[in-house]
Amino acid sequence: MSELRELYQEVILDHNKRPRNFRTLPEADHMAEGHNPLCGDNVTVYLQMDGDVIRDISFQGSGCAISKASASLMTTELKGKTQAEAEVIFQRFHDLVTGGMDDVQEDDETLGKLAVFSGVREYPARVKCASLAWHTLHSALDEGGRTVTTEEGDEAASGA
Amino acid sequence: MTYDVQRVREDFPILRQTVHGRPLVYLDNAATAQKPQSVIDTLVRYYTEENANIHRGVHLLSQRATQEYEDARAKVQRFLNAASTEEIVFVRGATEGINLVAQTYGRRHVGPGDEVVISAMEHHSNIVPWQMLCEEKGARLRVVPINDDGEILLDEYEKLLGPKTKFVSLVHVSNALGTINPVGEMIEMAHRRGVPVLVDGAQSVPHLGVDVRALDCDFFVFSGHKLYGPTGIGVLYGKRALLKAMPPWQGGGDMISSVTFEKTTYNTLPYKFEAGTPNIAGGIGLGAAIDYVNGLGVDAIAAHEHELLEYGTRELSKVPGLRLIGTARHKAGVLSFVLEGVHPHDIGTILDEEGVAIRTGHHCVQPVMQRFGIPATARASLGCYNTREEIDALTRALDRVAEVFG
Repeated sequence: MSELRELYQEVILDHNKRPRNFRTLPEADHMAEGHNPLCGDNVTVYLQMDGDVIRDISFQGSGCAISKASASLMTTELKGKTQAEAEVIFQRFHDLVTGGMDDVQEDDETLGKLAVFSGVREYPARVKCASLAWHTLHSALDEGGRTVTTEEGDEAASGA
Repeated sequence: MTYDVQRVREDFPILRQTVHGRPLVYLDNAATAQKPQSVIDTLVRYYTEENANIHRGVHLLSQRATQEYEDARAKVQRFLNAASTEEIVFVRGATEGINLVAQTYGRRHVGPGDEVVISAMEHHSNIVPWQMLCEEKGARLRVVPINDDGEILLDEYEKLLGPKTKFVSLVHVSNALGTINPVGEMIEMAHRRGVPVLVDGAQSVPHLGVDVRALDCDFFVFSGHKLYGPTGIGVLYGKRALLKAMPPWQGGGDMISSVTFEKTTYNTLPYKFEAGTPNIAGGIGLGAAIDYVNGLGVDAIAAHEHELLEYGTRELSKVPGLRLIGTARHKAGVLSFVLEGVHPHDIGTILDEEGVAIRTGHHCVQPVMQRFGIPATARASLGCYNTREEIDALTRALDRVAEVFG
């Protein structure tokens, strides 16, 4: 049960119940859709950029508590960050949930609140849930938006 | 003789283990069933004492392996009550059986403007092969709708059958809803118009007695691994006259009588459809699984599972916020459900922590999920070794879900 509590931390349950920035963004200039074909989860990420800075970010979609909370916390953490900063946070987050990071400090400055996802690494089947919104964001930023799925590319093949 | 489920459980070594420190409660039988010791022993014995290629060697091992493999085919024939072993084609599984029929019978008989009829509760494996065929031929896939309980609307089915209908392919028991479809009646309706019918029996064979001649289906497919047998082996039954008239599917060794660079003469039934070295151990293992199921009695298994299904339906209905998906009058042992405010994936993870293995997701029936307006369900599916205590473990684990998500 303790590992379960570690996974379903209060912050995650709260963001699942009351997702932040859960709306479309009419002013969006970047957008991408993401799917997890294994479970039918889907997410759309909207971005409004101000040069290199994420001025506004929102999401829509349906999914489990982990994927919804991950998308929600992603939007709250990234608002106001530069694209380069966002990519660094993504990398840290990815390491966090895949266990690529040995000891995670609760007060890790790069991760901020995202550290609550440290429990995910004990649940390999749920890593895709946690990272779906991030891959979608990456696509929106990098490639100007296209549909990503958790079942393509090296990332998916390695079980990420 | 009463059904002694505790003795049945002793036949399945995997059930003795613990998961996350708790006794394993395996309720994912619709995905794959566990294997009894007799099936495991058969595979070990085959590889230890008999392994050889079949249908070609004059040496003793090859003769033994061939004999066992063909004995297994005869067991399948009797199990399905087929008229002859010529009608039993070994394939990888139900999916391959459907593809075989679509690519041989289908390609020969379905043309531009023709129609293939399936139901709204088909597994992707009974949708995609027909979609591929229809796309290739310029034919049209027609879908029989279902009601809110997950039952096929027979009136609508009747309306869809017409002069353009060239083939009907139907699931016997729905993997996601548990519905037992009235395939006998539906076959009769199609036959009145001269339309052949394939029945996907992946979920029916382990839970109901199937008699292909009583059903009068033209084709029937199932997978060994859902029948307590090995993975990678399954069966396509086809009426002899149809199989005989069909072109072969894959070319290769074993499916030929003679080969020159100018011309190949194909082998007789069923070997015409069995190119290459088959899954010999799998076939023999499937034979052992059928022996096991016959030993318990398919009817006894069905009665046991039905009693559990009724108990499970009652118990799950008491769980606050739980909604059963699939409430047909005639159901096999599938309990698909959603919980208000909790995604099925989260249910699955929490249940696993309690030792309870269920399936969550769309179960390869995305159109069914769309029909019910849900992204996924949690599904507990029953087998011959499940108990009331395991249903209780399931509902207790669902209490933990409520605690976490409170």
